[in-house]
Amino acid sequence: MNDTICAIATSQGVGAIAIIRVSGEDSIKIVNKIFKGKDLEKVQSHTINYGHIIDNDKIIDEVLVSVMKAPKTYTTEDTVEINTHGGISPTNRVLELLLENGCRLAEPGEFTKRAFLNGRIDLLEAEAVMDMINSKTETQRQMASNQLNGKVSNLINDLRSDMAQIISNINVNIDYPEYDDVDIMTNEILLPKINNLKTKIEKILQESKNGKIIKEGINTSIIGRPNVGKSSLLNALLNEDKAIVTDIAGTTRDIVEGQINLNGILLNIIDTAGIRKTDDKIEAIGVEKSFQMINKSDLILLMLNANEKLTKDIEDIIDKIKDKKFLIIINKIDLENKLDRSKINIPNNKIVELSILEDKGIDNLKNKIIDMFNIAEIETKDPTYLNNTRSISILKNCLNSIKEVEKGINNNLPIDMIELDIKNIWEELGKINGTYYEEELLDEMFSRFCLGK
Amino acid sequence: MKNKYEIIVVGGGHAGCEAAHAAAKKGHKTLLVTSNIKNIADMPCNPHIGGSAKGIVVREIDALGGIMGKVADKTHLQIKMLNYAKGPAVRSLRAQGDKIAYPKEMLRVLNSLENLTIKEAMVEDLIVEDNTVKGIILENGEKIESKAVILTTGTYLKADILVGDTRTRQGPHGEKPSNFLSDKLKEYGFRIIRLKTGTPQRIERSSIDFSKTKIEPGDDKLLTFSFDLEPSYKIEDQIPCHLTYTTEETHKIIRANLSKSSMYGALDDIKGVGPRYCPSIEDKVVRFADKKRHQLFLEPESRYYDDIYLQGFSTSMPHDIQEKMVHSLPGLEHAKILRYGYAIEYDAIYPTQLKNTLETKVLTNLYTAGQINGTSGYEEAACQGLMAGINASLKLEKKEPFILKRNDAYIGVLIDDLITKGIRDPYRLLTSRAEFRLLLRSDNADLRLREYGYKVGLIDDNQIKKLHKKEQEIKELTSYLDSKKLKITPEIKEQFEKNNFSLPTFTMSLFQLLKRPEITMNFLSSLIDIPYNEDIKELVEVNIKYEGYIVKAYKEVEKMLKLEKKHIPKDIDYDKIINIASEARQKLKEVRPETIAQAIRISGVNPSDISILSVYLKKEYNKND
Repeated sequence: MNDTICAIATSQGVGAIAIIRVSGEDSIKIVNKIFKGKDLEKVQSHTINYGHIIDNDKIIDEVLVSVMKAPKTYTTEDTVEINTHGGISPTNRVLELLLENGCRLAEPGEFTKRAFLNGRIDLLEAEAVMDMINSKTETQRQMASNQLNGKVSNLINDLRSDMAQIISNINVNIDYPEYDDVDIMTNEILLPKINNLKTKIEKILQESKNGKIIKEGINTSIIGRPNVGKSSLLNALLNEDKAIVTDIAGTTRDIVEGQINLNGILLNIIDTAGIRKTDDKIEAIGVEKSFQMINKSDLILLMLNANEKLTKDIEDIIDKIKDKKFLIIINKIDLENKLDRSKINIPNNKIVELSILEDKGIDNLKNKIIDMFNIAEIETKDPTYLNNTRSISILKNCLNSIKEVEKGINNNLPIDMIELDIKNIWEELGKINGTYYEEELLDEMFSRFCLGK
Repeated sequence: MKNKYEIIVVGGGHAGCEAAHAAAKKGHKTLLVTSNIKNIADMPCNPHIGGSAKGIVVREIDALGGIMGKVADKTHLQIKMLNYAKGPAVRSLRAQGDKIAYPKEMLRVLNSLENLTIKEAMVEDLIVEDNTVKGIILENGEKIESKAVILTTGTYLKADILVGDTRTRQGPHGEKPSNFLSDKLKEYGFRIIRLKTGTPQRIERSSIDFSKTKIEPGDDKLLTFSFDLEPSYKIEDQIPCHLTYTTEETHKIIRANLSKSSMYGALDDIKGVGPRYCPSIEDKVVRFADKKRHQLFLEPESRYYDDIYLQGFSTSMPHDIQEKMVHSLPGLEHAKILRYGYAIEYDAIYPTQLKNTLETKVLTNLYTAGQINGTSGYEEAACQGLMAGINASLKLEKKEPFILKRNDAYIGVLIDDLITKGIRDPYRLLTSRAEFRLLLRSDNADLRLREYGYKVGLIDDNQIKKLHKKEQEIKELTSYLDSKKLKITPEIKEQFEKNNFSLPTFTMSLFQLLKRPEITMNFLSSLIDIPYNEDIKELVEVNIKYEGYIVKAYKEVEKMLKLEKKHIPKDIDYDKIINIASEARQKLKEVRPETIAQAIRISGVNPSDISILSVYLKKEYNKND
């Protein structure tokens, strides 16, 4: 019932080569039909074969074809990879030929889905593959690799095995009530164990913030009145780092328009259009618009003009960002100072003075950001973090449940109920690496995978 | 018509008694064949009935119209509620049975059934035509015809008693085993497995110095398994058990003589797998070497004779070593061993060959129940016997089968586990096997199951009226607690303060107060008169106090039932589903689950296999959504 699927596995566009992957029972047979060279059905597994892709004797491309037979392949099915000369048109023609000869175009993430369903990789590993492909920094790549190696799974499994011990002890007490051979798990003994679990989960969650930063970057917005120099700052940051400026949808679902690689961590500058537009038009930045951006951001850079008096709307905004991570940037220090700084009731270390025009203070700004997010520390550590929103939200629920258990113990709830709660958490945790079955989980997972691997 | 019955039950143990009773009570001409009438409802091993989870099963049997609970209530030596403080869902009754009075009362009940005939004989084959069973063939060649046969042969299939280096072909008490039936079953296509269990020594009461042991009395509250009987014993007439421990000396003796135990090398042809949950004393000493001592219970077997059962000391050591071992125990220095411990090996059929009605997949109209299905325990056997008896009858009546789901009863958990997961060792029920144990409580077994028993025909009008009255009272009491506000009088204030409970800051209903963890129904009853009996109060208290948990459990049940509705077509060809792991494929082919929910529970079938199966069903059958 597993039909043969194919897709272009490398990113679309101009590259030296493109790889088309074919997986499924008939993959070797189908590729053989359009291949001129050795008989692929007779070659050994895990060999690379030189030849041509042909369409009724007409040569389409000169290719190298890797033949990998089940089960030692990514999907555990027979898999063929065709290395073509890049270029959109010949690559697409090869893909079309495969489709004409009995392949089906793979759905988004279908290769990885098959690898997971065939037991080749677990859920966290499947997610890691997607992360690996999408990684843009070395830290991201390494974190994905740790996840792929099962290190993150181990974190979860350790928690689960701690819990399993508690659960089984309680169960033995219940099922063998007459035996005092086994220690009776009383609430007094249980409480420190639960505390310990809570601490462990809290630590993982705390560290997962780093993971999220590595994986998703820091969503940063630059706000301020017109003409304070927002777009100049943006350009200064972007140019210096030769950052990627594209129209890709970021993982936050917001439009990330500029990405700056700051010691391996990405600063996602969101809504640059907004920055540019308000700069172009001579009109005050809408406070409401600023508030929207504040809510979306992990970091807010509020720009002020040293040459301008503080206005009421900016005071409101300062008030609003106090609870978030922010820096106040005072630009144009090369001009006459008209800003009454005593009115800005903010600690000095949150204020950066600079002059974009004179290229002063930009490094200072970057260092401040690095300090704020412990980026230096993140980079040197072995990045074994839980980093995807799904896992983190499950773990947060588990933390809340653990707190409930704690409350229950303090309220002297019968051990029976306590055990039910712990068992529940144990099952929930299993969902993180897919050791506990839930159908919706799979549906949700696989809808997120992108085309290709 | 002499040699013709509707239903034949083979075996007179706890499964056989319930099966025969259910079939006969439902009006079917029934024959119970046993090798020895003296052994009807025999308790060849421990003398107690009930225990954690098992006690709830006895209540369930009673709720459905079975007889184990009533017979136990009328004959026990003591009874207690286990796990009282551990929570409402795990409370369970355990009674110390009487090995003389219990079988005697059971025989009386069976003899009073119009449609039941009891016959002493050995069964060695079945009459089989077109893979359908048509009756039994006795040792002497005599044939008895029937429309259905229920096998409840216990440990008697090729039973071997093992003591030290000797293997003797015999059943418990030196009874004659059935030598050929399991071979015949194999010929018919059954997969036969070999299991093992063991039993400890019986000690003469007068030779024990009880002053060196700890007394374990029954509860000082009157209790019954049955929902129909009033307690018929006096609290002070209960006979206590006693507790003693193994010593370093005991362990030394065991270790020094280990090679003489049948299980540790004295016999080299042991094939049976023993129960993990009930290890021999040799196992305990070897596997838990760091334990300085192990608990042993001295349990009286009967009011009518002096044997004391040495619970926890099951062994297959030779007799002389057993003497030394027993004499190393505090209080048993001069003990007289009346019967020695032994291990017993026997044949059973692998239970995934059964349908959820306990009819076999191999032979139509053949049912099996009890140890033959790989379970251990009187209660586990009895409930299977009851279900087999009911379902065999229903099939003759051309009615829908009676299936208990995992959320209905422990009985449902047990049967589903057996037919879905199979077994590795003799299966014992545990509370941890029941994912919905909060719903499967001792206090609500009648509320869960009596209506079913009524529908099936084992519960009469009076019993069902009593149930409806109880349901009514539960409703009344709940709304009473909801409407009744507690006025804080000086006396009541004093009561709160005395108990260190914080005083309500506003006028609360009794219902609201009960939600507080520290406030119990007992406490409220001490403040105002709540005119309902203890059972009703306890039930309502549990419902109110643990409402959140109960609601959650029902949600889980709903999830499971949704998956139970995803039927897997009977004709599915698992070989056609390409990507299923080979272990899963083999298990699925063997069990042939009826629903996706059942498939999930099969061990060795992983989530990924389930996904592939679901996708296949959607594609191939479309409608199975």
